[in-house]
Amino acid sequence: MSTESHGFNLREWIFTTDHKRIGVLYLIGSIAAFSVAGIQALMIRIEQSSLGPTLVHDVATGGNQYNVWLYFHGAAMILGFLIPGLTGFAANYFLPLMIGAKDVAFPRVNAFSVWLFYAGIVMALLTFVVGDPPDVMWTGYPPYSVLTSGNTAFYVFTVHLLGFASILGAVNFLVTVIYMRAPGMGWNQLNMFVWSTVTAFVIQLVFVPVLASAVTMLLFDKYLGTHFFDPANGGDVLLYQNLFWFYSHPAVYVILLPALGILYEVVATSAKNMIFNYKAAVYGGMWGIVLISGEVWIHHLYIAGMPNWIRIGMMVSTLLISVPVGLLTISLFGTLFRGAITYTIQMKYAAACLFLFLIGGLTGIPLAMTVMTTHLSETSFVHAHFHYIMGIFSTFAVFAAVYYWFPKMTGKLAGEKLGNLGFWFNFIGVNVTFMPLFIIGVQGMPRRYWNYEMFPQFEPFHKVALLGAILVAIGMGMTILNWVISAISGEKSPANPWKSASLEWTDCANPPGPGNFTKDVVIKPEWTPYNYV
Amino acid sequence: MKGRLVALSIPGIVTPGVLWAAESAKKVVDPVENWNHLWNEVLIDLFIMGTVFSVLAIHWLIKYKATSPDQVGRGPKLTRAQSWAWAMVPAFIFMADDFFLAAKGWTVWNIYRNVPDNAYEIKVTGNMWYWQFEYPNGVTTTYSYDTKEGDGLMVPVGTPVVLRMTSNDVIHSFGLPAYRVKEDVMPGRVTYIWFNPLEEKQTWVTCVEFCGVLHSQMYAPVKAVPRAKFDEWLQKKKSTT
Repeated sequence: MSTESHGFNLREWIFTTDHKRIGVLYLIGSIAAFSVAGIQALMIRIEQSSLGPTLVHDVATGGNQYNVWLYFHGAAMILGFLIPGLTGFAANYFLPLMIGAKDVAFPRVNAFSVWLFYAGIVMALLTFVVGDPPDVMWTGYPPYSVLTSGNTAFYVFTVHLLGFASILGAVNFLVTVIYMRAPGMGWNQLNMFVWSTVTAFVIQLVFVPVLASAVTMLLFDKYLGTHFFDPANGGDVLLYQNLFWFYSHPAVYVILLPALGILYEVVATSAKNMIFNYKAAVYGGMWGIVLISGEVWIHHLYIAGMPNWIRIGMMVSTLLISVPVGLLTISLFGTLFRGAITYTIQMKYAAACLFLFLIGGLTGIPLAMTVMTTHLSETSFVHAHFHYIMGIFSTFAVFAAVYYWFPKMTGKLAGEKLGNLGFWFNFIGVNVTFMPLFIIGVQGMPRRYWNYEMFPQFEPFHKVALLGAILVAIGMGMTILNWVISAISGEKSPANPWKSASLEWTDCANPPGPGNFTKDVVIKPEWTPYNYV
Repeated sequence: MKGRLVALSIPGIVTPGVLWAAESAKKVVDPVENWNHLWNEVLIDLFIMGTVFSVLAIHWLIKYKATSPDQVGRGPKLTRAQSWAWAMVPAFIFMADDFFLAAKGWTVWNIYRNVPDNAYEIKVTGNMWYWQFEYPNGVTTTYSYDTKEGDGLMVPVGTPVVLRMTSNDVIHSFGLPAYRVKEDVMPGRVTYIWFNPLEEKQTWVTCVEFCGVLHSQMYAPVKAVPRAKFDEWLQKKKSTT
């Protein structure tokens, strides 16, 4: 019995508890969030491309418009695209297939969480409908978020809904991996993507409740008259930032880890090679990140007047992240060594990711050093850094995932021509956009400034950045169009187009029917998903 | 014997440290120069690491291109000892680099946090959306983005300046790129930064913590002028208010 034979049935999609359909629903929702947030990004670039008001009405009220774009771009990209795209779409669809499971442990809970996610996306989109939209950035720092006339409640409820969806997903997937692996499948036979998802969900489970409590206090302060963050009434003005980053720094690893997991799958399959030093990458790299992720958040508060001892202490812990990240880098790069690389579109995205990872990772080192941030913090250097490592790197990983598993999801091959063209527009575009921002960041260009008349020398750099953004917009349009066209009228794919050794390719149909596997999967002791002979 | 060696080595470590500290206390310290120096060192560090990894990656991406569709990779199968070595050796190299950078960073950080005794103190207050500066004799100045009028922050050349900063409403941040300093300005707390204006010049302070509608209009000129001119300006200001 195959899902294809049913034809399209809306009711089936709404009431589905099948992890694959839920995965597709996550993909559609997150690409929608990505598209709207991408348009905001383009508007931000256009606004900065000239000194005076460009898109905004005038100097006095321009901030009202611009700040809403910034808010939506940040909140929707992180909470609505990257986290659900990686841990919602990719984990939902492929994790059960990789471990030989028929579904996740709690399919109805899974269905509930995808609809919570949609409610969160709708809540975020209301930004463009309500008269007093939230303008608090994705960070929502009080006292501003409490004092503003903007509707902070929409921000809080968006975080609540998406956070709740995340917690449910975390419990579900951890239970699935622990209890539902195919008979015989040992911990050292798991796909790198499975490990990366497990570690990401451990982080989510530990830290999301902290974020939820922080934004709830914000809600109470603004609407119920409490004073958690109001120093005039005994509150602590920095409490929120501490709680927020206690979650939100680990959250970057919730994005980074599954993105790396996807790259491992793509690189190992494209190079037909085993993972270089698998155990060091899993136990030292991924679990090392989990271990350190909760001890570094002060690097987001380096210039917030915290005591010296903690600013220096967390400089050391932050720098030490280079150890697990370094192990992962060596393992990922090492997987190319003596490989047999085929350059598919997903491999091009993966190769681009190696470059983005280097730029983004290395520019993080000065930002880990407390004293360097006295100049670099809150400039476009930071802005460019986290776009490389979190924004673009992870987006490219999601794109690599869609291309890699496109035949699995649709039974069809994605178009190469438009796909490759889109890739080059995207890759060249992102570098043209963000390289100039590094340069002017070191020279002092402040973040979140639409009006930079005090630094007119930066205008040409912003013009170049806009050119890059236009290239990206074209590339993204081509990519999404390519997926839609190929899903409808693409060429039929062979059963295992990349000749992968991983279970989702060797033992499932394209796309897999209900129950995923036609016969029971039993894993032999010598089997690994990267065993190419 | 071992204990004696350790005991003997203590003065050997401490004495140069004390001498060095005493020596560095005498010099005119300039945070900007120290920052720039460290930045260059960090850039070299990043450049070396970036080059090693990117040269390897590009080399392998080209060299190991599949020659036939059925070719498979021949990656090395590591023994237990090799696996440990490939984890521990890089881990120690990265850690060594981390501690090296941390030590360097901490040294410059101490310069940033230890205000010289002769520093000239100015109070800074952040408001939505303007900066207010108060001098020791009670004179206050400000600046308007709208009319482009106001003195902004005036400082004397050759005297270290310490800013004691607080906010009347939301969190702002005092960002002064020309002097490589920045610190948040919050209600209910006083934070500080200091810098050393060594030459006459005009530059800008911008608010760098998001604070609402006019966040990007919350800027003011920072003018470093010769001491005599500064004193004269301050006196004149005092007599007119």
